[in-house]
Amino acid sequence: MSFPWANEYKPSHPLMVWMDEKLPLPRLVYNAVGGGYEVPRNLNYFWNFGFLAGLCLVMQIVTGIVLAMHYGGDTRVAFNSTEHIMRDVNWGWLMRYAHANGASAFFVVIYLHIFRGFFYSSYKAPREMIWLIGVVIFLLMMATAFMGYVLPWGQMSYWGAQVITGLFSAIPLVGDAFREWLLGGFAPDNATLNRFFSLHFLLPFVILGVVILHVWALHIPGSSNPTGVEVKSESDTVPFYPYYIGKDGWTVALFMVLFGIAVFFMPNALGHPDNYVPANPMQTPAHIVPEWYFWPFYAILRAFTVDFLIVPAKLMGVLAMFSAILVWFFLPWLDRSPVRSGSYRPLYRKFFWFGLVPAMAVLFYCGGAPAEEPFVMLSQLASLYYFAHFLIIVPIVSSIERPDPLPFSITEAVLGADDKASLGGQG
Amino acid sequence: MIRIISLAVGAFFTLALLLAFGTGAVNYISEPPAPSAEKVFHEHPKEAKFASDGPFGHFDEAQLQRGFAVYQNVCAACHSISQVAYRDLEKLGYNEAEVKAIAAKATINAKDPLSGEMKDRPGLPADKFPPVVYAGAGHPPDLSLITKARHGGAAYVYSLLTGYTEQPAELIKRFPDAKLKPDSGLHYNPYFANLNIAMTPPLASDDLVTYSDGTKATKDQMAKDVAAFLVWTAEPNLEKRHQVGFVWVLFMLFATVLGYMSYRNIWADKKGH
Amino acid sequence: MAQEASIDTPAGQDGEGVRRRDFINIAAVSAAGIGAVAVVYPLISQMAPSADVLAESSTEVDISAVQPGQAIKSIFRKQPVFIRNLTTVEIEEANKVDVSGLRDPQTLKERTKEGHENWLITMGVCTHLGCIPLGPFDGGTVVGEFGGYFCPCHGSHYDTAARIRKGPAPKNLHVPEYEFTSDTVVTIG
Repeated sequence: MSFPWANEYKPSHPLMVWMDEKLPLPRLVYNAVGGGYEVPRNLNYFWNFGFLAGLCLVMQIVTGIVLAMHYGGDTRVAFNSTEHIMRDVNWGWLMRYAHANGASAFFVVIYLHIFRGFFYSSYKAPREMIWLIGVVIFLLMMATAFMGYVLPWGQMSYWGAQVITGLFSAIPLVGDAFREWLLGGFAPDNATLNRFFSLHFLLPFVILGVVILHVWALHIPGSSNPTGVEVKSESDTVPFYPYYIGKDGWTVALFMVLFGIAVFFMPNALGHPDNYVPANPMQTPAHIVPEWYFWPFYAILRAFTVDFLIVPAKLMGVLAMFSAILVWFFLPWLDRSPVRSGSYRPLYRKFFWFGLVPAMAVLFYCGGAPAEEPFVMLSQLASLYYFAHFLIIVPIVSSIERPDPLPFSITEAVLGADDKASLGGQG
Repeated sequence: MIRIISLAVGAFFTLALLLAFGTGAVNYISEPPAPSAEKVFHEHPKEAKFASDGPFGHFDEAQLQRGFAVYQNVCAACHSISQVAYRDLEKLGYNEAEVKAIAAKATINAKDPLSGEMKDRPGLPADKFPPVVYAGAGHPPDLSLITKARHGGAAYVYSLLTGYTEQPAELIKRFPDAKLKPDSGLHYNPYFANLNIAMTPPLASDDLVTYSDGTKATKDQMAKDVAAFLVWTAEPNLEKRHQVGFVWVLFMLFATVLGYMSYRNIWADKKGH
Repeated sequence: MAQEASIDTPAGQDGEGVRRRDFINIAAVSAAGIGAVAVVYPLISQMAPSADVLAESSTEVDISAVQPGQAIKSIFRKQPVFIRNLTTVEIEEANKVDVSGLRDPQTLKERTKEGHENWLITMGVCTHLGCIPLGPFDGGTVVGEFGGYFCPCHGSHYDTAARIRKGPAPKNLHVPEYEFTSDTVVTIG
């Protein structure tokens, strides 16, 4: 669907006319990310992260294919082939550092993209499907990243695989059998490494497919916007090309500056030194941590230290960790507020900035810290808020809150004289 | 309905967490965690400056050659650098003939390409440094990646090599169990993670090597040089990475400015942007 | 914001401004293009032989033990290379041949180094389909009808200058680049 005033694709060159009859791919692109896609004119910079996320995915696929040309998926050679890439392959060090830091960049962008969704309630009707697909993408990304981290077969690779697959043994009755099936053995070994390599290669293409669904679903209602007011007239929108291509374009360059600083000047800052030690199944590192993007969920996992009712602590932690993401699936129906944007929801906004954001920050910090006091108690409090936020606070706040008056239209929000709704960034 | 379920699930998790928090807090107050000897006496690496530090970091060839000499004369008896090939030494400033001579001193056990049997032969520049067979107790780690495999990197290696001391009297007073027995084979070193390291002090006296460039081989100098050398073994492409990085970042800054100006142009006719 | 003042002015009327704007847009797109090319370069370059492969691109062989009439196989760039010490009789046989009648006309002199005409150094890869020919290695006696090498796969016969004389191979055995670093050591590649 698109708005009636959207530009229509009109090929002028005979070749393009011919192409449009046979395979209207240029038309598809034009309507998806070209002049044919009308977008609210008031998007702020939080709306840039979707485009950047797409860029990160492409970057990961390209560098990943390159690395797979030189990597050996066998426990005897995996570590050394990684070092071979770093030392002897032409530009191999660049490919590997770009891939490792690219994963981090991807997650930075995705977390910002998701939190944009939380603040502006981008998950609400008519955009529930976009949100649901987005959560699926996030889950796939986590699985892909986890398996990718195992591939260099360093100490953290091995023990990360050991610990994370150990989570599945918490499942009652079938847990141990399931874990052995997952690993293809009793501990991570060659079978594990090989299947992780295979799946790590496959999943990004699955993600790409799901991303296409995400964008498709987006184009049915069109993009949301910082006011949360739906598009009413032609003056509310601008065509994606050139307006948002121009805006996304320069932020891509800015992203490349920051990414370049990470890759070229601090490529190991986000990695763990233990992964430069070859895997040793006989020796556990003093302090096992996953990569930073798993820290909030790792903190939630470790927060459950006592049995509750009939549920043992281990299973409780695993349930909570998966539930922490699964609750996102239900957000469109838990949040019943008629108003989308957090800018017009005074109470929700307070819980967002002074509840959810600090709780996530604490979870990030504690997930990377050793499992000792006071970090465990801190992560218990932060996890408590996390679940309360989504399952209790959001449903209740959305019923009792009195939203601020909304602007009549996007155009009014942008051009209005006493315009407090133009939400930063664009000023 | 969904909201009733949501509240119930929310209550389930929050109550479990409250219980866990309460139990933890009670334990914490009734039995505050006792500090361990490692917690109290472990020290962060000393401040040490290396040419390879920072965004302008580069390699000091003379120092790398000195560090290589220390590695060969002191470390190589127990520690391998199996990720490094002899040919890589050309980057330290050795010429082809010198590299060939260094490699030829090593014995490499390799498959003979014609017969297919494993045979000993003199090393070639294309070979990697061979594994080191260590007869004593313990497992001396391979040092190729050591400065990337330890927090603190080169400063850690330098601190560890120069950090051997007697066990402080205060440590023995506070943690009587931590006193090292004479036959334990361990040595006190506050920079080592658990304070007690099996490696005997490798740089116990000055002049363990004779530097060809005339630098005086004090313990401190040797420790610093070998740490610098191990930065190179871990990250031989560091210089190139920094150089390419500058070009990339500066070009992208330029592109950012151009892109921003272009963006302002495009949006010039839309107020509020 | 300088542009804001001219919001209501259609962009087309402001000739000077348009030219400046076009220039900036073109410059920005060009910068993006340069950036893209810069990224493509390492992506292509990574597929070229890596440093460890290149390190094995030349081989030194000690030939002091090879007696006249004998040949040894060595390895050069992961392929066999034949090093043969020709006897005077073999040299004469090779020189007797009328070069113009050969499939791949070359003299023995062109295929050896001056001062070392008895050392015939060729790749051990049959120019037909890449098999390894047989020859006087380790006491081997199969040398083909012309006393050089014989490829059993499809019956190519090479003479004592390793030139193709009979059978399907189109070319003489390839002579790699090499030089004598001393009288007893030859560096191939």
